[in-house]
Amino acid sequence: MQFYASPEQVQRDRSEYARKGIARGRSAVVLSYEDGILLVAENITTLRKISEIYDRIAFAAVGRYNEFESLRRAGVRMADTIGLTYDRRDVTGRALANAYTQTLGAIFSETQKPYEVEICIAQVGATPEQDELYRIMYDGSALDEPGFMAMGGQAEAIANVLRERHDVAADLPTALALAAEALGSVGGENGQTRTLEAKQLEVAVLDRRRTGRTFRRIADAALTTLLGHQAVPDADLGETDAAPPAPADAKPTESAASEDTE
Amino acid sequence: MATGFDPSGRLPDIFLNTGTSSFTQFLSAAAPELLPGRRPLPPGLNAGDVAPHGTTIVAIATSEGVVMAGDRRATMGNLIASRDIKKVHPADAYSLIGIAGTAGIGIELIRLFQVELEHYEKTEGAMLSLDGKANRLAAMVRGNLGAAMQGLAVVPLFAGFDLSPVDSARAGRIFSFDVAGGLYEETGYEAIGSGSLFAKAALKKKYREGVSTEEAVRLAVEALYDAADDDTATGGPDLTRKIFPVVMTATANGTHRLSDEDITTVAEQVVSGRMENPGG
Repeated sequence: MQFYASPEQVQRDRSEYARKGIARGRSAVVLSYEDGILLVAENITTLRKISEIYDRIAFAAVGRYNEFESLRRAGVRMADTIGLTYDRRDVTGRALANAYTQTLGAIFSETQKPYEVEICIAQVGATPEQDELYRIMYDGSALDEPGFMAMGGQAEAIANVLRERHDVAADLPTALALAAEALGSVGGENGQTRTLEAKQLEVAVLDRRRTGRTFRRIADAALTTLLGHQAVPDADLGETDAAPPAPADAKPTESAASEDTE
Repeated sequence: MATGFDPSGRLPDIFLNTGTSSFTQFLSAAAPELLPGRRPLPPGLNAGDVAPHGTTIVAIATSEGVVMAGDRRATMGNLIASRDIKKVHPADAYSLIGIAGTAGIGIELIRLFQVELEHYEKTEGAMLSLDGKANRLAAMVRGNLGAAMQGLAVVPLFAGFDLSPVDSARAGRIFSFDVAGGLYEETGYEAIGSGSLFAKAALKKKYREGVSTEEAVRLAVEALYDAADDDTATGGPDLTRKIFPVVMTATANGTHRLSDEDITTVAEQVVSGRMENPGG
């Protein structure tokens, strides 16, 4: 038996469903600082929420992993296709944000289940004023954020901490300390704050001083040092995204057969 | 731009599919016209004489990695099409690629290969192994076989620093290819292009295993001088216009192109050496 549901009701149900899904997860923050854009996600797994899209563009997402992962791949494919067809300079964050809003908007209105994701496309400029942060929501609505943003979990409370203290002239350790503090300001027992450690955070920067690919992951020792309010030499900020394959400990076999049978 | 873009502006399904991490495989489905070797050529025609040809590239394995150098000439029949073409490029942070053959297709192949490696790195969050990169390049050369049969052949030379080598003393590795996509790992040194016979003969006499990067740069420039000496399609050091070979290195510190000053110094030393002894 079919029941009638008004379009408004359907949209409301879908929105509520998506919002609940997004609020269940851990949060991520993105903010401009003196030398670039800092992206920090609370993430204890090795499945990444923050990635490189192109030379000066990064992607951060919260929500369902399988959904934002397919969006991320689509973004990398789109950026690389545009870059190959035209020029590397012609890949812009705005074009990517437009494609994401259209895609998420269509998925929201056309399919039974909306994507439970919220994503950020960050493009680093020559100065903090030229940085672009786009927030794209589950229903395809897009916002141009002013220098900082928080998404996922209790995003509003985290954004309040950032709003009070965000300073585009801050250096990297200061910006990271603020991001970690903002993320830790919620989720403690009885409303208490938490102190987040290096292994609970996924951190990357778009370094505006670099040419070419500006995305750098910050992990392990460098992250611990930065969290201790100490600067880290640029050279130690990590590779673009490239943990190389682990060293081969034995002679690799040339076929699927074992070495004995070769 | 890619075919099949949805009128709503929404990314087409092919973009959102899990698919593969290979950019060329993605393009072959989404925008095959962007791939070299996928364009139909008029049958029976030999297109070899209508497009510029790039010539000699040498690569040398050193104690720290590899050195790759290429002359600057492109020819069209008996004419010099370009005096300052760059035929040696970084493929990614730790590997180098040089091309000989039809320059247009070669440059396109390099661009595509660079995107291929970067795309994999971004999608997977890890770099391909050096063997993986070489195999991928072999497949791309193979895709150009049809055009090669009609005179638009291009053959790359690939060399890089292996971040996970089987033998740590041989971290610098060199791979050569044939037009059919055959892949061969070389020991010590290799040269490709019309002057390669002379360049290799020069290297055969001078190369010693475990040379330093500095020595290898000198050897590479000497080898290119010898190639230019006997092959009209290879350009020698151009002292009047200050055009010297492109020399790049790949070591544990990544890829590096020798500065104009550095290569000018080496090239001038080589030339003044030849003033006294033309045979080197």
